[in-house]
Amino acid sequence: MKTNTFSLRSFFANKTVSKILFFVVLLILAIPVLWPFWWMFTSAFKKLYEIFAYPPTILPTTWNWSNFTQAFTYQPFAHQYFNSVYIAILVTFGTLLFSSLAGYAFARIPFKGSSILFVVLLSAMMMPPEVTILPNFLFMQKLNLINTHVPLILLPILGSNGVMCTFMMRQFFLGLPKELEEAARLDGLDRPGIFWHIIIPNAKPALSAVAIMAFLYSWNSFLEPLIYINDLDKFTLPLALRNFTDAYGQPLWNIQLAATVMAVVPVLIFYVICQKQVIESFSFSGTKG
Amino acid sequence: METNPVLQNTFPAKINKPAKQRRSRTKLIDALWGYLFIAPQFIGFLVFVLGPTIAIFVYSFMEKNLLSGKTEFVGLNNYITLFTKDALFPKVLGNTLIFTAGLVPINLILALVLAILLARSSFVNNFFRTVFFAPVVTSSVAWVIVWSFMLQGNSGTINQVLQVFGIKGPNWLLDPGWAMFWVIITRVLKNVGLNMVLFLAALQDMPREHLEAAKVDGANTWNLFWNIYLPFLAPTILLVTVITVIGSLNVFDHILLLTGGGPSNSTMVLSYYVYFTAFKVNETGYASAIAVVLFLIALGLTTVQWSMRKKFSYNEN
Repeated sequence: MKTNTFSLRSFFANKTVSKILFFVVLLILAIPVLWPFWWMFTSAFKKLYEIFAYPPTILPTTWNWSNFTQAFTYQPFAHQYFNSVYIAILVTFGTLLFSSLAGYAFARIPFKGSSILFVVLLSAMMMPPEVTILPNFLFMQKLNLINTHVPLILLPILGSNGVMCTFMMRQFFLGLPKELEEAARLDGLDRPGIFWHIIIPNAKPALSAVAIMAFLYSWNSFLEPLIYINDLDKFTLPLALRNFTDAYGQPLWNIQLAATVMAVVPVLIFYVICQKQVIESFSFSGTKG
Repeated sequence: METNPVLQNTFPAKINKPAKQRRSRTKLIDALWGYLFIAPQFIGFLVFVLGPTIAIFVYSFMEKNLLSGKTEFVGLNNYITLFTKDALFPKVLGNTLIFTAGLVPINLILALVLAILLARSSFVNNFFRTVFFAPVVTSSVAWVIVWSFMLQGNSGTINQVLQVFGIKGPNWLLDPGWAMFWVIITRVLKNVGLNMVLFLAALQDMPREHLEAAKVDGANTWNLFWNIYLPFLAPTILLVTVITVIGSLNVFDHILLLTGGGPSNSTMVLSYYVYFTAFKVNETGYASAIAVVLFLIALGLTTVQWSMRKKFSYNEN
């Protein structure tokens, strides 16, 4: 440096420079998150040998859509995809119904033991699923429900995730103005009427938060399908994704990644579009523990 | 809700009586609706959460095998074996501790740094928020599939990067010294976004005047962090710490997918040990005893969390 007019301090104090620096720092921090996604998307189009190439190619040299079609011929992937979709939808609606009913009752209907029952119910939220999975498995075995989708639908709705959604609903209903239902009560509407005609139409933010939590919980759930499901065509997506292996048990990376992209992309698109709601529902469920 | 005292006093008792009766009748019907409304969720809780929790206590006193169907009452035998004879159990507890002690500080510090860097809403910041939160909504299976490739011996991305610097990295997930490290790192990257948004939510409520005043006084970034951000965020940090500790008990899927508890049991943690004993070794009774230990740890941590929540009355109503 020739003159003292240029100093490192004033260089970094410069607005544009500090902005660019800030961006670069963030970008470096973000690489461990961005690169896995980038690698997943691009490798889904690569030929198997290209995935292993050194130096790695940033973009596929040719875009192979055949990986995607092979995913469907390797195992009943369409069927498995459908399983995940319909189970997640049933879980979402079941959770919406039961958690809003219970959440409303705990927030607004006075009945004996309400607060004690609520605290007892909340204890479910702290339960690691590994604690309850074994007795639940034995119970389902007794009912001959192993290798069916019933446990995958019932457990998320009525287990700890459902309880967490009940908690979310109750917190929301506590904040809803009482006048809304007072008027309806004077008009002679009974509780189910109030719930259905007054409360539910006013609970959209909470309902959408619960729907997001329930859907993603089911869609990404791995432990339950792993334990309950044996047949290939009853698999859900997380199980199916692990199943793209060759005769030696080694992953068929290109096909596996194409399938992974198909499982992940709809969720990511939804997340990017409805980012605000998704983050809100997660941060709410996060603060509860 | 009690009957309104004002109403009771303004009306003479005689006229009040039928009205009162009618009111208690509607109250009773109302209460019945209340029980009916909570019934599905609560019965579900009894059957799928409370019942099983009691069941693992009962099973833990039995020798029970999933395959042979054998069931025999053995008293405290499972616990005696667990605490005195099982050579793996101390290692499992140690691994669980290493995992939690490694994960929690890294996760929290990274989440805090990201939240402070991204606190102000702008196009660039929102983009990075989106990026750091994206793994939270992504399935663990997908996340682990990608990372298990990147951590491979020869063709893994990590080793390819290291090769540029002339370092030959091991096959990370098969190296007992490194496997746990990568389980922690990949888990942090998957979940750090969640803690980041919790901190971001807390920062929303931060009074900006303090920050501006301190900047005018010439405080540098370090001063700002220690004297403004940290005291303000302290209650949130405490709470998020406990949440993260409790969450760290529940790593089953990550362990199973990434390492399967190996190599040489170096990533065998408590939650995975329960699964392993129950469904791979099929020792239901013994697995239940381990599950009881897991339950008691979770219970202890939750008690801490609740007492803390009372202290800070954080985000309640």
